[in-house]
Amino acid sequence: MHKRTLFTNTAIGAALLVGALIMVGYGFGPAVLRHYRGDLIYLGLRHGYLVAVSMGLALAVGLPCGVVLSRPSQRRSAEYWMRIFTIGNTVPPMAVLALAMVLVGIGDTPAIIALFLASLLPIVRNVYAGLTGLPPLLLDTADAMGMSARQRLWRVELPNALPVILSGVRIALAINVGTAPLAFLIGASSYGELIFPGIYLNNNVTLLLGAIATAFLALTLDQLVAGIGRLMSPSGIA
Amino acid sequence: MIELQNLCKQFPQKDGKMFNAVDQVNLHVPKGKTCVLLGPSGCGKTTTLKMINRLIEPSSGKVFINGMDSSGVDRVTLRRQFGYVIQQVGLFPNMTIEENITIVPRMLGWDKKKCRERARSLMAMVALDADRFLKRYPHEMSGGQQQRIGVIRALAADAPVLLMDEPFGAVDPINREQIQDEFLLMQQQLGKTVLLVSHDIDEAIKLGDMVAVFRQGRIVQCASADEILARPADEFVASFVGQDRSLKRLLLVQAGQVAAMQKTQTATLSSTVAVAFAEMDDSELLHLTVVDANGLPLGFIKRRDAKSGKGTCKDYLQAIAVTSLEGDNLRVVLSRLYEHNLTWMPVVDGDGRYCGEVSQEYITGYLNADHSAS
Repeated sequence: MHKRTLFTNTAIGAALLVGALIMVGYGFGPAVLRHYRGDLIYLGLRHGYLVAVSMGLALAVGLPCGVVLSRPSQRRSAEYWMRIFTIGNTVPPMAVLALAMVLVGIGDTPAIIALFLASLLPIVRNVYAGLTGLPPLLLDTADAMGMSARQRLWRVELPNALPVILSGVRIALAINVGTAPLAFLIGASSYGELIFPGIYLNNNVTLLLGAIATAFLALTLDQLVAGIGRLMSPSGIA
Repeated sequence: MIELQNLCKQFPQKDGKMFNAVDQVNLHVPKGKTCVLLGPSGCGKTTTLKMINRLIEPSSGKVFINGMDSSGVDRVTLRRQFGYVIQQVGLFPNMTIEENITIVPRMLGWDKKKCRERARSLMAMVALDADRFLKRYPHEMSGGQQQRIGVIRALAADAPVLLMDEPFGAVDPINREQIQDEFLLMQQQLGKTVLLVSHDIDEAIKLGDMVAVFRQGRIVQCASADEILARPADEFVASFVGQDRSLKRLLLVQAGQVAAMQKTQTATLSSTVAVAFAEMDDSELLHLTVVDANGLPLGFIKRRDAKSGKGTCKDYLQAIAVTSLEGDNLRVVLSRLYEHNLTWMPVVDGDGRYCGEVSQEYITGYLNADHSAS
């Protein structure tokens, strides 16, 4: 039942996306698309590279952090730590980019640092919320079965918190992909290389091409993560 | 098997004072017995139960399992010696029924085949279709089915002790009766030591070999169900077990037990009335049940008729309005006697053969007799 609705939703989404792409292609005309084809592919790969590395880092840091903060021994200090992560998120990405550039210079590295910081909080926050929001009954039962802390985490807590954790990852991903164009400003390649010159030169074609390509990338990756999540989630959690 | 010594638990309250949730509880449950911890909510019975497997650490006092002090044992090892059932069932929603049932066996390192066989045999015990359910998830089952899975999950690793926290509280009355009966049947085969928390006196009577009544963290009376009903220790116990406690005692006796205490006396259709009268006269009976060659009751004859009568029993046969089964408890029998305005009724076994009778007189006598020895 649930699977079917999810499947239909995905199918409808994909159809709309393809429809939109056809309309975009029609609007620009084949000549424009052919002209920018090389740029779109190259910048897409660069954009994807920034997103992949920064998201990978954010996951590698954020998942364990969220798990550690949710442990009973850390509950008391968890909110203070969470504030530190919040700072990473509330400072505008532009400012983080500028700061990172001052510290490590221009290029991919400062961009990755800024994107990493921007996507860290939603991940940590949702892992923490997912794990602490589990019904106490479930944890009590796991304890009463004689599970060790590690068994409880892997067999009960993480599988049951997975939907909440995944929604955090998807939020982080959307922020990440949407922020990556700013990396153009500190010398890293992304779809920003179409968007910003488009703004400065008043060239609506490149501006729109860059923006639409970014949105397309964000939607595709989001659906990808959702799909992976569906495969991973045990079907018992509706 | 399980012994609690001066077990205490104090919780700090908002005003900083300590509150004695459990206060100096002493209890000894012998191996293979079922002890019901009975009391109103907030009386400390669940806290006591959770201190046994140290889901809650005792403030003071000791718990001995088979003579071994549990405070010296690692918590995880300790808990695997207990099967645990709770009211809210607590099946893991992310696991299939099979995974839920075999969770402790898997942690103990049983191989896959053994786990699967165990799950199947346990499902058979509670009459659930293994092929249909083992691969399903808990939310696909009804509440009663989930509770059955909760019970067999606790039995999966064959732990010697079962801790049950209002295990049948959340299921509807009809299902509850059924699960209780299934549980009794299992318990007869398995002989586990059971500690069961309940606030339901009827459940305590039905399941408990012994009943510990809790009030404000203390045990006010610990005795057999019959003892508690017959001689409640104080006003509180008396009011908790209910005004109709004498009638509840009848739940503890089955018609078959009463019948077994009597000499089975019958006549047949071809017996002469004189013989039947002699038999009634000897045993001071007012009536005699007439049976056929297979022992099935056909009717009865009255002493008054037999005294002056001639011929065979067939001529004076009176119809039997209603019979009771061996397994019926006396409360059911009494209710049926009133329903049909009778003073006695014959008891028949599973095959319908006559094996004795229960009378109102006997029931009154039973309630007045002293059963403390039994």
